[in-house]
Amino acid sequence: MRLQYPSNIKIVSIPCTGKVDLIHLLSSFEKGADGVYVLGCLERECRYEKGNLRARKRVEQAQKILESIGIGGERVQMYNLSSSEAPRFVRFANEMTEKIKEMGPNPIKIAMQKKAA
Amino acid sequence: MKTKTPSKLEKFLAAGHLAVTSECGPPRGSDAATITKKAEMIRDYVDAINITDNQTSVTRLSSLASCIHLKLMGVEPTLQMVTRDRNRIALQSDILGAASFDIHNILCLSGDHQQFGDCPQGQNVFDLDSMQLIQTVKLMRDEGKFLGGDEIKRPPQMFIGAAANPFADPFEIRVPRLAKKIAAGVEFIQTQCIYNLDKFELWMKLVRDRGLHEKVYILAGVTPFKTAGMAKYMKNRVPGMDVPDEVVERMSGVPKEKQAEEGINICVETIQRLKECEGVKGFHIMAIEWEEKVPEIVERSGLYPRPRPEADS
Amino acid sequence: MIVAKQKPIEEIIEETKGYKKILIAGCNECVTVCEAGGKREVAVLASALRMYFMNQGKDVKIDEVTLERQCDHEYLEEIRNTIDQYDAVISLACGVGVQFLAEKYMQMPILPGVDTCFMGVTEERGVWTERCQGCGQCILARTGGICPVSRCAKRLLNGPCGGSTKGNCEINKDLVCGWQLIIDRLKELDRLEDYEKLAPIKDWSTERAGGPRKVIREDVQL
Repeated sequence: MRLQYPSNIKIVSIPCTGKVDLIHLLSSFEKGADGVYVLGCLERECRYEKGNLRARKRVEQAQKILESIGIGGERVQMYNLSSSEAPRFVRFANEMTEKIKEMGPNPIKIAMQKKAA
Repeated sequence: MKTKTPSKLEKFLAAGHLAVTSECGPPRGSDAATITKKAEMIRDYVDAINITDNQTSVTRLSSLASCIHLKLMGVEPTLQMVTRDRNRIALQSDILGAASFDIHNILCLSGDHQQFGDCPQGQNVFDLDSMQLIQTVKLMRDEGKFLGGDEIKRPPQMFIGAAANPFADPFEIRVPRLAKKIAAGVEFIQTQCIYNLDKFELWMKLVRDRGLHEKVYILAGVTPFKTAGMAKYMKNRVPGMDVPDEVVERMSGVPKEKQAEEGINICVETIQRLKECEGVKGFHIMAIEWEEKVPEIVERSGLYPRPRPEADS
Repeated sequence: MIVAKQKPIEEIIEETKGYKKILIAGCNECVTVCEAGGKREVAVLASALRMYFMNQGKDVKIDEVTLERQCDHEYLEEIRNTIDQYDAVISLACGVGVQFLAEKYMQMPILPGVDTCFMGVTEERGVWTERCQGCGQCILARTGGICPVSRCAKRLLNGPCGGSTKGNCEINKDLVCGWQLIIDRLKELDRLEDYEKLAPIKDWSTERAGGPRKVIREDVQL
């Protein structure tokens, strides 16, 4: 299966989504990411029991903060899939890319560019 | 029993009569006629009238002022006093104020939490609880002293009452709780509205087992339902209220226009059954915003005409 | 511990408008445990504020520091040499820390970043509940180790009131009746007869009502 997914996505691999902290999500936006999504294992199938559930809570926290500071909460999302579901991986990648294209670039990135200019 | 105060209610109970008391809620305004009209309606049918103290934490004309209005029209008032809104200085001060008008009955309560009223954001005081208020009145009356230890010139002479709820949880301390109030100095009790007669009779049996019925006058509380909706509301929404399903069903089983009458019937039947219950020394009829029905309830329960306490003394 | 909760970010933004150099100061004690004002919360708030001001086109410097405690002189002294670089400090400590910081640095605006709630416990992750109101005269020996002052909505010393229903308080059916807990525990201890002992009128002068309080220990004073 040589499936294609959008090239704008940069993958950061981690041992478990439970490792993702709220500050990691926020820092990505502070550094100019247009969107971030966390791909975790299926719920109730976490090897560490609650890693992906913790990740979801943190994604929700990040959504709330991004929304209240005017960046847009929708820019960060949580998805779940199993490691054998390549087509689903591609679907999420496309879905997220579409969503972010609709929302436009991260306003922080634009502000940084303005400042630099 | 010997009396300790000039209270007519006390005299009456001591003479062995079944007492009848009722209550009037003061208005949410300053028109005294609201209270005097209610009192006028029922004065010949009851021995004393309680005036509630900002019941359910809704701000109203003060209980003390309302009691004075009753006193001025020659009706015997029972001052209800909650510890929610005043500290020990204000409570003692109001007790003296009431005593200055020769108000001779007091009902000591903690009061509903302010969350239920019109000022849920207000502070609550609860400097004392109801038992401690009982002790305070007793100290002021029997020892002629303030809580601070100083002497009171012309101490209050008040027959001391409190509430008891046989239906609240946990049931096992409901009788010990009454014993505690008696130890604090309470002399008469007006109970929570009774709809679950079996449970009330069980409570009374446990009261008798400890001989408490001989240490305090227990007036059984009753409230007539106006509608089936009210029965459901009391069952589901009012904390510490025990309304059995069959009572709700009986109310909803009759057509709307007959429900008020059915409510009165239930009330009268309750009184008639509890007249036979050893240790019940009278009835406290709380006809909430329905005072005009008190005469009918008293008459139909065979409690009218009221004996004259003067004749016994 | 002292339990606090984070203030809404909108409120913090509103209070910090106009400042150009802000230090966010966390505390390593209670507020770290209740996840309101420790190092992690400092980092998150700093990141959020940096993004907010950047997005507004405002040049605001936001720095972070987390002190061991904000209720002791020695730890507050650690920022003595750097605090002058800022024109405001947001303290994520409890109200105690915010005030002690303000007392120490008279010229510096100190803003609270949390709402201080009560003294309590972590009942479970994300749930904290009150246990003590610091009345200054503990009666737990007489109430089966459960406090009616902090756990009864009316602070009744001779409870429960008539509103106790199936173990719950009349003001909220999700709130346990403190007196039910006391009775249950007295039973466990085989001391239910203690229930009938009348609790005397309480001396509230050692509580908040007696004015700001002070404990002096001459034997340890230097």
